Amino acid sequence: MTALNLDRAWDLHPQVSVRPEPFGALLYHFGTRKLTFLKDRRLLAVVQALATAPTARAACSAAGVDDEDMPRYGQALAALTRSSMVVERNRIP
Amino acid sequence: MTASPQTSGPAPGATRLVDLFEHGLDAPICLTWELTYACNLSCTHCLSSSGRRDPRELTTQEAKAVIDELEAMQVFYVNIGGGEPTVRADFWELLDYATAHHVGVKFSTNGVRITPEVARRLARNDYVDVQISLDGATAEVNDAVRGAGSHATALRAMRNLADAGMTGFKLSVVCTRHNIPQLDEFKALADRHGAQLRLTRLRPSGRGADVWDELHPRPEQQRQLYDWLVAHGDTVLTGDSFFHLSAYGQALPGLNLCGAGRVVCLIDPVGDVYACPFAIHDEFLAGNVRRPGGFTGVWRESELFRSLREPQTGGACASCAFYDTCKGGCMAAKFFTGLPLDGPDPECVQGHGERLLARRPKDRGHLPKPSGDHSHRTTPARGRGPVDVVLARRPDRDRPPVGDCVEHPLAGMVLPRDGD
Ligand code: SF4
Ligand code: SF4
Repeated sequence: MTALNLDRAWDLHPQVSVRPEPFGALLYHFGTRKLTFLKDRRLLAVVQALATAPTARAACSAAGVDDEDMPRYGQALAALTRSSMVVERNRIP
Repeated sequence: MTASPQTSGPAPGATRLVDLFEHGLDAPICLTWELTYACNLSCTHCLSSSGRRDPRELTTQEAKAVIDELEAMQVFYVNIGGGEPTVRADFWELLDYATAHHVGVKFSTNGVRITPEVARRLARNDYVDVQISLDGATAEVNDAVRGAGSHATALRAMRNLADAGMTGFKLSVVCTRHNIPQLDEFKALADRHGAQLRLTRLRPSGRGADVWDELHPRPEQQRQLYDWLVAHGDTVLTGDSFFHLSAYGQALPGLNLCGAGRVVCLIDPVGDVYACPFAIHDEFLAGNVRRPGGFTGVWRESELFRSLREPQTGGACASCAFYDTCKGGCMAAKFFTGLPLDGPDPECVQGHGERLLARRPKDRGHLPKPSGDHSHRTTPARGRGPVDVVLARRPDRDRPPVGDCVEHPLAGMVLPRDGD
């Protein structure tokens, strides 16, 4: 499984709605009608931090992900990009 | 594994989505909302007689208050049905209100009102999804069930939507023994119009039990359907309709659980909340949105919903090797065919349901009857509705017929495969 480039800026797709749940979160994409879920509250914090963080790595750090766990979160984010839940952010500042 | 960083090591607590959902969510994922009993058609298969909208139907303000609650609860979308929802004078107002408040709207229609202009309007709104009902790929098969000309009407609606640039709208088919041989044709039809095919299960809800006896797929067709679904995977939506078929082998895409009161529910035109659109009976009535506490209170506090979220015992199914994915099938199907709720589904692929059905008394007196005063039988009135149409209503709300108006909340949704 490939990870996404943690040193780029990412964001939730604008048509994705995020609903926090005790186990993590539910995500619904209004464009693809896909439902998915995050099984982990920290991943939710990462996803929520994406919009304002300069890079995905910074979003992970802000959410308290340590270096050892970084690759796993990278993979989880990559999975979210495959279903278009997470998209690369325009790099124009 | 989707979106989960838990690849290295077991997760704390439950890890299968279905196990988390079994205990229910703070809010439904989506729900079905029947806005009105009125309809612009008098479909024979709807088994309704002419009538008018119920005077107690939620007002525009009350409907908006429900939408506010759904927004606060972050319900992703509502399936709006009826009747024919578009005959409510405030339908478009409510649709715009919901989508402006981040509650997506999916509505089912026979297509009669999907003019090129309406199609363009719908295509512009990302938060609206449309579902065209068709029960036969050919006019011959479809019109026998849905009435003369209804195939042509549905196809015209699909063309209008496609021409307006709307993609991914749904072609919605209730699987019967007459259309299972047409699965490939349905798929081709959907593909040609840039639509997505969704197949759902014919459920013997209410009075539909009699229709069900004649129309539900034969055992060998169930196998055919299962193989077809496995072969087509995620390209065809089923909204978890067929999890009882999982007992043939590999689980189908979806949650594979009865979502009634756990992840879905129904709000009817007068605001009554039921566990599932196929379970309209006092037994599954959880409350009313007009009471203090509103819809949120019903969803979170109702005794019925709490009990549905308790771990269920498998009953006669507990020893079945397929219980894990089949879960004994559909609660409503069992209820309305008079089978015990903790036993096998009437369409159990192992044949246990059939054996139980065969043992039922010949007359249907034992089957659940309409209860309460939901039907509100009144003298039909004409020309009083908000629009100039022949209004029809179901004469008998507690045993709704099986028709295109019955909509499973999850039907249009691409569900995660469990364990993803
Ligand atoms: S009662 Fe049947 S139709 Fe309703 S949610 Fe359960 S399985 Fe689905
Ligand atoms: S016995 Fe019960 S669990 Fe097993 S296949 Fe039949 S309905 Fe499903």
